[in-house]
Amino acid sequence: MLKIKNLHAQVGDTQILQGLNLEVGPGEVHAIMGPNGSGKSTLASVLSGRESYEVTDGSVDFDGVDLLEMDASDRAREGLFLAFQYPVEIPGVSNMNFMKAAINGKRAHQGLDPIKGTDFLQKVKDCASLVELDGRLRDRSVNEGFSGGEKKRNEIFQMAMLEPKLAVLDETDSGLDIDALRVVSQGVNAMRNSDRSFIVITHYQRLLDHIVPDYVHVLSEGKIVKSGGKELALELEEKGYDWI
Amino acid sequence: MSQTEEDKLLNEVTGKSYEFGFTTDIESDTIAPGLNEDVIREISAKKNEPEWMLEWRLAAFKIWSEMEEPEWAHLEYPKPDLQAISYYSAPKKKTELKSLDEVDPELRKTMEKLGISLEEQKRLSGVAVDFVMDSVSVATSFKDKLAELGVIFCSLSEAIQEHPELVKKYIGTVVPQRDNYYAALNSAVFTDGSFCYIPKGVRCPMELSTYFRINEAGTGQFERTLLIADEGSYVSYLEGCTAPQRDENQLHAAVVEIVSLDDAEVKYSTVQNWYPGDEKGKGGVYNFVTKRGICYKRSKISWTQVETGSAVTWKYPSCILKGDDSIGEFFSVAVTNNMQQADTGTKMIHLGKRSRSTIISKGISAGNSQNSYRGLVKIHPGATNARNFSVCDSLLMSSTCGAHTFPYIEASNPTAKIEHEATTSKIGEDQIFYCQQRGIDEEEAIGLIVKGYAKEVLNKLPMEFAVEAQKLLTISLEGSVG
Ligand SMILES: Nc1ncnc2c1ncn2[C@@H]1O[C@H](COP(=O)(O)OP(=O)(O)OP(=O)(O)O)[C@@H](O)[C@H]1O
Ligand SMILES: [Mg+2]
Repeated sequence: MLKIKNLHAQVGDTQILQGLNLEVGPGEVHAIMGPNGSGKSTLASVLSGRESYEVTDGSVDFDGVDLLEMDASDRAREGLFLAFQYPVEIPGVSNMNFMKAAINGKRAHQGLDPIKGTDFLQKVKDCASLVELDGRLRDRSVNEGFSGGEKKRNEIFQMAMLEPKLAVLDETDSGLDIDALRVVSQGVNAMRNSDRSFIVITHYQRLLDHIVPDYVHVLSEGKIVKSGGKELALELEEKGYDWI
Repeated sequence: MSQTEEDKLLNEVTGKSYEFGFTTDIESDTIAPGLNEDVIREISAKKNEPEWMLEWRLAAFKIWSEMEEPEWAHLEYPKPDLQAISYYSAPKKKTELKSLDEVDPELRKTMEKLGISLEEQKRLSGVAVDFVMDSVSVATSFKDKLAELGVIFCSLSEAIQEHPELVKKYIGTVVPQRDNYYAALNSAVFTDGSFCYIPKGVRCPMELSTYFRINEAGTGQFERTLLIADEGSYVSYLEGCTAPQRDENQLHAAVVEIVSLDDAEVKYSTVQNWYPGDEKGKGGVYNFVTKRGICYKRSKISWTQVETGSAVTWKYPSCILKGDDSIGEFFSVAVTNNMQQADTGTKMIHLGKRSRSTIISKGISAGNSQNSYRGLVKIHPGATNARNFSVCDSLLMSSTCGAHTFPYIEASNPTAKIEHEATTSKIGEDQIFYCQQRGIDEEEAIGLIVKGYAKEVLNKLPMEFAVEAQKLLTISLEGSVG
């Protein structure tokens, strides 16, 4: 599904990713942990094609295509989804119009006609109930005035709407209360299947109690420095990062 | 208030309304050989006008002759050559094209993007149209319906012939001949425009659109519109269209006057898309418009405008809130791209007690363009408990464009409540990326964000305009992120 080899990336003159390797197979859930500033969000940005991040070396293969060749919107249309650590507000643009534009962008890419109104509404209903997204939030402008937790919930709602092949969740648990954490995790779990993969970036075991990963990696100074099974997260929670 | 006092006040207000934005200490053009009293007599004679109309034109000409061409702080353009203008030409016959294939492909592409139907595309670009039975009957039933209600909607020339008492009573009462250089010129030489009268208590059941009238007479360079809403009436009036308008005349100096009598309500919506010139601004239209309305007791005027065209735009739709409890509103989206320059805004002149005004201005600047908001809120001593609320937002799409805000507030009554908010923001790279990450491409993302930004204003447009206006915004900004 995803093969990252020797990835180097920089912002301005600062080298942030320094030879990162990672392979994610179909249906797998990989957790990435690591200290603040180690490059986790940078990895998410580089994968999703943010222009200010320059790839200086390495390759990324996404389901047989060269990911780095595509622009951000094409990567999304090919099935890459990023749940942002800090979701962005877009005043005046309704969540619904936003989602419709997103879905139709993908459909056009696949050579399909725009989604039918009734199908769209049905989908909205299904996905909103999956993460218990309040009806009022659906009708408001994208993330505008949403609380931190509401924004995170909205990210997962969007993920459900877009049915990606690979979803990168960047600290989706931060800002969620205990109930919301459970609901959102259940939503993610409901979307797990043998074709869909996840990269879950988090600092805390409590998310991994709900979304149980197949692999856990530690990112430090722009590299994966340790990998293991789900037990690794427990060990980290207990001992911190110093022992690695 | 006695008549003379009232007139004095009105004169004082209207007389200086356009003083902002220019200084008068510059060299002026001498009177062009193309324009003199004889030319004006000729225009009037050709149009078979009554004596009073000719006198009025001549008076305007005299005033104009003594004025100097203004210069504005934030607009830069070569002065139009007024000598090169022919002030009278018989109603313009566009060279008729045989089919759409003969139309400029650029223009066609834009019209297609706007979703304008083939029939409409032909009409707008001057292709001979075989009138379909349907559209003839629509236009006819439209006229019948209006006539039944006593609504007069015709060309100003026709009104001068058929309803001289109304024209004579109101013309120049809101925008006097001496108002400003271009209004004076217009008063002297205007060739045609629209006239509209809504009788007492009538709610005009349809949007009155210049679309219908353009069919009959080409709009001119010096257009003049007079709209009178009699007591307790209501009308929604649409001017312009979203299709790019090209014109061999570079200078356009229109005047619009609205009279909203006691308890009347007028909604005046404009979508302006004059040719802005090429990327360097060459060949674009200069649009110097004087638009003003006067509100009597408890009456209301709302100006809504979407401005995307012209090389140089100079325009301040204004309201004189003369009556107690009158309301003035101004909602504007002004987009400038490439080398375009816009200096636009509004004036709210509060004379009546408890008069209220709202100003929502959304500027969008891209490329190397300059976009200025210039507004005046003036509260006269008698306007007890007047209120104003203004929001002026600027959105920058590039680092080479400019946005300027000049809000002038003059409050001469201590009970006035004036609130003003202004923001300037650069279009967020974060927002664009967020959209892209969801599979929305960059152009569309910008379109979405800009529409969101301008939503408050776009929502004020009548339905039939709103959709096209949204598309127009997106098209105007194509390829403009940087
Ligand atoms: N746009 C940028 N400009 C300058 N420096 C940046 C930029 N983006 C990231 N960095 C730097 O790169 C490093 C990695 O940042 P990143 O956001 O990827 O860390 P992170 O692992 O996600 O941390 P956290 O756990 O706090 O979210 C940090 O030192 C950060 O300051
Ligand atoms: Mg981070």
